[in-house]
Amino acid sequence: MGRVRTIARRSFLIGSASILGGVAFGAYFVTRPTPNPLLEGLAEGEAALTPFVKITPKGITFIMPRADVGQGIASTQAMLIAEELDIDPATATLDPGQPNQAYFNGTVAAESLPFPAWDHGVVPSTVRELMGHVARLTSSQFTGGSSSVADLHETLRMAGAAARETLKAAAAVRTGVPRADLRTENGQVILPDGTRIPYTDLAAQAAAIEPVTDVTLRPASEWTRLGKPYHRLDIVAKSTGTQDYGIDVVMPGMLHATVRANPGRGGGMAGYNADAALAMQGVRSVVEVNEGLAVIADNTWFAFQAAQALEVDWLPPDYPASSAEMWQALSDARTDDFRNSRLRDDGDVESALSEATVIEAEYRSPFLAHAALEPLSATVLVQAESITIWTATQIPAVVRDAAVELTGVDPSRVTVHALPAGGSFGRRLDHDYVVQAIQIAATMPGTPTKTTWSREEDMTHDFPRPLHMAVGRGAVGNGRVLAYDLDSISPSLVSSWFGRIFIVPPGPDTLLVWGAFDQPYAIPNYRVTGYAAPPMMPIGSWRSPGACSNSFFHESFLSELIHAAGVDPLEERLRLIADADSRRVLEAVGEMSNWNGADIGPRRGRGIAFAHTHGVPVAEVIDVTMTDRGIRIDEVWIAADCGTVFDPVNAEAQLTGAAIFGLGHAMNCELTYENHAVQQTNFHAFEGMRLHQTPLFHTRLLERAEQVRGLGEPATAPAAPALADAIFAATGQRLREMPFSKTVDFA
Amino acid sequence: MNLKINGAKHVVDLPGDMPLLWVLRDGLNITSVKYGCGIAQCGACTVHIDGEAVRSCQVALADVSGEITTIEGLGTPEALHIIQTAWIDHQVAQCGYCQSGQILQAADLLARNPQPTDEDIDAAMSGNLCRCGTYPRIRAAVHAAASAIREM
Repeated sequence: MGRVRTIARRSFLIGSASILGGVAFGAYFVTRPTPNPLLEGLAEGEAALTPFVKITPKGITFIMPRADVGQGIASTQAMLIAEELDIDPATATLDPGQPNQAYFNGTVAAESLPFPAWDHGVVPSTVRELMGHVARLTSSQFTGGSSSVADLHETLRMAGAAARETLKAAAAVRTGVPRADLRTENGQVILPDGTRIPYTDLAAQAAAIEPVTDVTLRPASEWTRLGKPYHRLDIVAKSTGTQDYGIDVVMPGMLHATVRANPGRGGGMAGYNADAALAMQGVRSVVEVNEGLAVIADNTWFAFQAAQALEVDWLPPDYPASSAEMWQALSDARTDDFRNSRLRDDGDVESALSEATVIEAEYRSPFLAHAALEPLSATVLVQAESITIWTATQIPAVVRDAAVELTGVDPSRVTVHALPAGGSFGRRLDHDYVVQAIQIAATMPGTPTKTTWSREEDMTHDFPRPLHMAVGRGAVGNGRVLAYDLDSISPSLVSSWFGRIFIVPPGPDTLLVWGAFDQPYAIPNYRVTGYAAPPMMPIGSWRSPGACSNSFFHESFLSELIHAAGVDPLEERLRLIADADSRRVLEAVGEMSNWNGADIGPRRGRGIAFAHTHGVPVAEVIDVTMTDRGIRIDEVWIAADCGTVFDPVNAEAQLTGAAIFGLGHAMNCELTYENHAVQQTNFHAFEGMRLHQTPLFHTRLLERAEQVRGLGEPATAPAAPALADAIFAATGQRLREMPFSKTVDFA
Repeated sequence: MNLKINGAKHVVDLPGDMPLLWVLRDGLNITSVKYGCGIAQCGACTVHIDGEAVRSCQVALADVSGEITTIEGLGTPEALHIIQTAWIDHQVAQCGYCQSGQILQAADLLARNPQPTDEDIDAAMSGNLCRCGTYPRIRAAVHAAASAIREM
């Protein structure tokens, strides 16, 4: 268990605000991780703008601004509030709330900075804090970067604690019993004589008094919910078909639409003929939208059929037409003209390499689709002076702003219902599908219109993980890794995604080298250089962006050097590691797997990899066997440290799920381009992992790290290099290009 | 056309070549049946017809000849099916989008094979894609459900 930190009261703005019939409580963490005089003296009202708990005579509502895309954050947010508020969260209404600047995400902005996450020095800490403040001012409310728990765990508990103490104060006013003599349990204030007053009965009184802001968080030793195995609040709904996702919205009189966009993204249209489509059964109209055309029909199936009947003269986009040309563009970008960063430059790499036999290797990582199982969808109702949107999104504030921009409606008349998502993996950090849905619904004022992309549109119009390559050069001697030089080359994800959604931040593209420059190894001569290739098609954040490719390059090349040095892969990593949390996870995975080298018998092999991403050190060991039907992954051991674990059952699921995501794509998946278009149109050509390929998992969370971090992504990055390392141990073949199925067969 | 779904009769006036998936979702607002791929590659649209698991995206309305069971026909939050209880106990779902199909596929498996091995489960369930990677818990929940059914 991580040590309990004392939280200075002045770190929080806590407050309450009267609402119709009741009271809303908020807490807002303004100083992280050190106090900053620039931030003091913020207006009192800002706290009241951040409601997380609303109490009225009719009931209690938790506002939980982070989107649940499957990672379980809806439950965790509710549990964080409930732990301090002493209430069964199942009795509260759980509401994602409306987009609000107050629900900004400071953690992700801070982590985009060019400092390793494990570096807690004065300069990184101060700049992170300022960046978090910028995020607040630019209303960057979004869910991503495994940041939700890190960003909100104290805020939500403070909101719950402030609400609890204020309710007790209200009960004290009513009964004359001092607040100190009152306690709370199960949504009620309890008097010394056993009398119970439901929170809802105290709503009006609590709104009328000064909120209690002098609260301290309970230590973990007193928790009754957090840290204990509990059922996700959505688990019954998700096991009975009663969970409604964005795609499941049903409205009276609703129409259904779909989109047919240029297969070459952004290429435009020279013209089209919709006569055949318009003549088909149930088709209402064909309208122009961003990137192509949309069909509006009586049901989704009619719309899908008619979309295929559209005859369109597409114009070519301005990016290279084929994967071969794109790889060439990447190779050509490894020059000073395209050099973007050198965020790691320890010792003297050039001298070290000039004095030794240089080991060199090139690695490649392909484009990948997010391919969430729920295809992209949004339902929109445009009325005379208002617009209502139902969709699964990670960026509700951006969706609201787009609605304002597209329709000219006042921001206060935009309602965004952020619904649970059937997966995302980063895809819903874009809102192209919502923009189209708004354009479509705007042609049907007064009629709710649901737009659903086909799987084929989803696969071929993703903002994919970019293709990425690296060249490693290194040297070994006396059984040690002496020099390590990695060039990492990719189009800039930061420019592409931030450019679409917010603004391009100044400075180097840290994502381009995430998972490489920021690894806590003390190699004496150690350099990582990023090269930003020219922009191609628009690209997006894919579970563990940057690191999902760089960790494969970085760890694979480290394994090659360690092998050349003739030493044990775990022992040499332990010798090189310079961070205590990271050392512990490596030691733990060794203990869990009874590590005794990579050789585990004939036709078998054992691999290891480590990555420090999203502030979480993760080590993975993988065993494989060569069978008559191909390579089989037998077992996977994962050790990680995200600090305090609030939801242990879900935490284990995130570790194994993220590793499966990393493994399945490394084994089986790529997007390739011909004539500017994605060639893999559906799951027959893009499978990820299926049940028959799933190994046995063993996981351990150490809870020793001081920082509390999220687990949606961290186990993804080390999965691919650990598997490649295991296959090398079994076969003697180094796999330097994903997907591995291009080179070996899997059972 | 008349359909019997979860014991109730429904009349639909839709083309015979329309996939049952879209008849259920858009024609009858039974949205627990999920669209994932439309080409029988993901299993999210799985329903039972006369007790047998089928991909509703591949069954034309005109070809439906038996009684349809969706996840609601298996069990409800108030009256859970034994397989749903196992799914809840093992906390299988993450995003949950594939899980109705997974559970209906598991029900088909357990009706035919009350004591499946891991290999039996792999063979029966590998057509049901889960992008979140809940497979280890799916395996565990199928075994637990099988035990529970045998003990009934």
